[in-house]
Amino acid sequence: MTATSGLWMYWAIIALMMVGLYVVIARDNLVKKVMGLNIFQSSAILFFVAMAKVSGGTAPILTGGEGTAYSNPLPHVLMLTAIVVGVATTALALALTVRIQEAYGTVEEDELAREERLEDRSLSRKSQ
Amino acid sequence: MSEHLPALQVVVPLLAAPVCFALRNAAFARAVCLAATWSSLAIAWTLLRQVLQSGPISYALGGWPAPLGIEYRVTVVGAFLLVVVSAVASIVLLYDRGSEQQRLPASRHYLYYATFLLCLAGLLGIPITGDLFNIFVFVEISSLATYALIALGRSRRALLAAYSYLIVGTIGATFFLIGIGMLYQMTGTLNIEDLRQRLPDVLDTRTVLIGFSFLVVGTAIKLAVFPLHQWLPNAYSYAPAKVSAFLAGTATKVSYYVMLRLIFSIFGVGFVFATHRFDLVLMPLSLAAMLVGAIAACYQDDLRRLLAYSSISQVGYMTLAICLANVQGLAGGIVHTMNHGFTKSALFLVIATFVQRTGSSSVGSVAGLGRVMPLQGIAFLVGGLSLIGVPGTAGFVSKWLLVLGALEKGQVWVAVAMLLSSLLAVVYVWRVVEKLYFGEPVASASSEDGESEAPGPSGSALWRATPTALLIGLVILLGIWTEPSAEVALAAASELLGVAR
Amino acid sequence: MSRELTPQPGSRRRSARRALREKLVLRVMSRLIVPLILLFALYVQFHGDYGPGGGFQAGVILAAGVILYGLVLGVERARAVISEKVAEILIAVGVLLYGSVGIASMVLGKNYLDYDALGEHGQHEGIIIVELGVGIAVASAMIRIYLAFADLYRTEADE
Repeated sequence: MTATSGLWMYWAIIALMMVGLYVVIARDNLVKKVMGLNIFQSSAILFFVAMAKVSGGTAPILTGGEGTAYSNPLPHVLMLTAIVVGVATTALALALTVRIQEAYGTVEEDELAREERLEDRSLSRKSQ
Repeated sequence: MSEHLPALQVVVPLLAAPVCFALRNAAFARAVCLAATWSSLAIAWTLLRQVLQSGPISYALGGWPAPLGIEYRVTVVGAFLLVVVSAVASIVLLYDRGSEQQRLPASRHYLYYATFLLCLAGLLGIPITGDLFNIFVFVEISSLATYALIALGRSRRALLAAYSYLIVGTIGATFFLIGIGMLYQMTGTLNIEDLRQRLPDVLDTRTVLIGFSFLVVGTAIKLAVFPLHQWLPNAYSYAPAKVSAFLAGTATKVSYYVMLRLIFSIFGVGFVFATHRFDLVLMPLSLAAMLVGAIAACYQDDLRRLLAYSSISQVGYMTLAICLANVQGLAGGIVHTMNHGFTKSALFLVIATFVQRTGSSSVGSVAGLGRVMPLQGIAFLVGGLSLIGVPGTAGFVSKWLLVLGALEKGQVWVAVAMLLSSLLAVVYVWRVVEKLYFGEPVASASSEDGESEAPGPSGSALWRATPTALLIGLVILLGIWTEPSAEVALAAASELLGVAR
Repeated sequence: MSRELTPQPGSRRRSARRALREKLVLRVMSRLIVPLILLFALYVQFHGDYGPGGGFQAGVILAAGVILYGLVLGVERARAVISEKVAEILIAVGVLLYGSVGIASMVLGKNYLDYDALGEHGQHEGIIIVELGVGIAVASAMIRIYLAFADLYRTEADE
């Protein structure tokens, strides 16, 4: 029982991860895909933060005396970098989405596929 | 200053990028970019020579020693990749004066050079760093720059290609991150050397196994291993010409390095192949990639798509080398990163020149061009022969080593599959060569359609011929004078297998 | 280009933004809060070597202040504070500031980013300069991203 209840946050993280992946795969809207990707990345960030927790540990600033337990600061620092990466990815993905909207007039994947098929057909007709 | 070379290898392109960004002038940016790439090449070359003479070089960033701080660790295989990446970048950057960046207004061309340098800094950082999380950071730096570079392609489909690569690539990188987390949880370290020493105590736990799966799948996406390759054809065929040439020669090669480090340096052959029989997964996928990629290439009507599918087939050869896990096979895979990198970059540059002339990138459009542009025609022929693996070209060396590795393991059928894949390469290369030399030239009537690229300025013909000639010259040189590259690759392979338990 | 393709969202956004500007409470409160946010950003920036904080967090807080200002009072007002060009140059300056510390420690004979090379209090001074570089780069990058997206659906009638 303790093995599962003590690890409840990992279950939550895995659920979040699956939600994110599902949204990326199943949604047709490109903006929603970006949101799914964000959820997925957040789950990885939470995973690191959760594992940095030391039960009974305080903030990792050297203040207390001997025997004070500190949380592990390293995963937090790593996740700072991962957050920066996430911000950059999101900004770039949204910028691309805007450009796609300008070029195709839509950000729905099925409509984009239709546009592409039309384009292909007109190209092959031209070359014949 | 020579002891700082490992740091300078990454710092030079990394700091040249903001300089380009701040100068806001394309001509200055180009000059800075050229200086930075060529000095990276010089640094990489010096590092490779140092490593071959005196063994791995360790450099503690910030003066913090290895397991505590971030360590840059130059190994033979890493230095080899550094040379490949910086050589391809330096040579490809010479290719014309930026006519392919026409999607950007002329006033913003400096952004292209800044992004290119960031991509290069990321790609150079991966083989040099000795820290697993640092690899993730550099992978993301190079990937983000890559997405932006691909989106610069003229066709609007470049945007979709960049978007889908972004989604897939980010999922791959996040998988990698999760894998790092699991390893860190079990060992408390991120340093590759340290991981290698601490992992054996916990190797039989499920967390390590799952961490391994996450890391390998994340890397395999970036490497375009067979079922995870869908992003590659679109990305390579809609990116600007220079960018495809650069990426085809570097991006998958660096991911291959990450895969090598994961399997041989961190987890070790015993865990990966003896305990968990990973070769039973990777071997069929490699063979499938070799054959399916080559067959798909035979059916492509677009030249750049054809080359992209050929790349998937060649990645199959490289992953095959991992499964062989003996010195000769692995050396074949490692030297293939260089041989295939130079060959593919040269071919993409040749195609770019054809496209500039005819305005179309379909196979039919090159009809008769071999007689009109004899040098480019010969360049394509030599590059194609190297893809097939004809003796006298670079492609032969790596395939020969791979075959030797397969025979050493007694797996004759692997050698047969390689032969089959090479025969398929003959088919798709011949399709283009036949058109080049025996097709009737068509008037470039198709240049109005939306896909086409406008004919470039004629004054830049020399700028276009030089890098192609350099790369093709290297392909021939490496094919005839085989000892140096093969020796380095053998040293790299035995280093990788030597550290493996 | 976007104007022809999507006139609808443009006008909707425009009216939404104007509505935001006409809300008295929002306007007054944001004018009160923004200076405090900026001050807090500076505190986080320079307190970073004694407690939680540092360049990245401070940069984001600073950018949040400017973005809030721009959201409520209009992009043009935010652009008057820091234009695209200035933001881009500041990004480069921030990164180069960081890199120059590394180069300096290399020139002074230690490893890249080894602050001990900078003198007796090298560890202290080095980290402050590096974090300042990070702060400048992050804040200006965030503001640049905001400005790039904020202008997407502008029309002539916006201002």
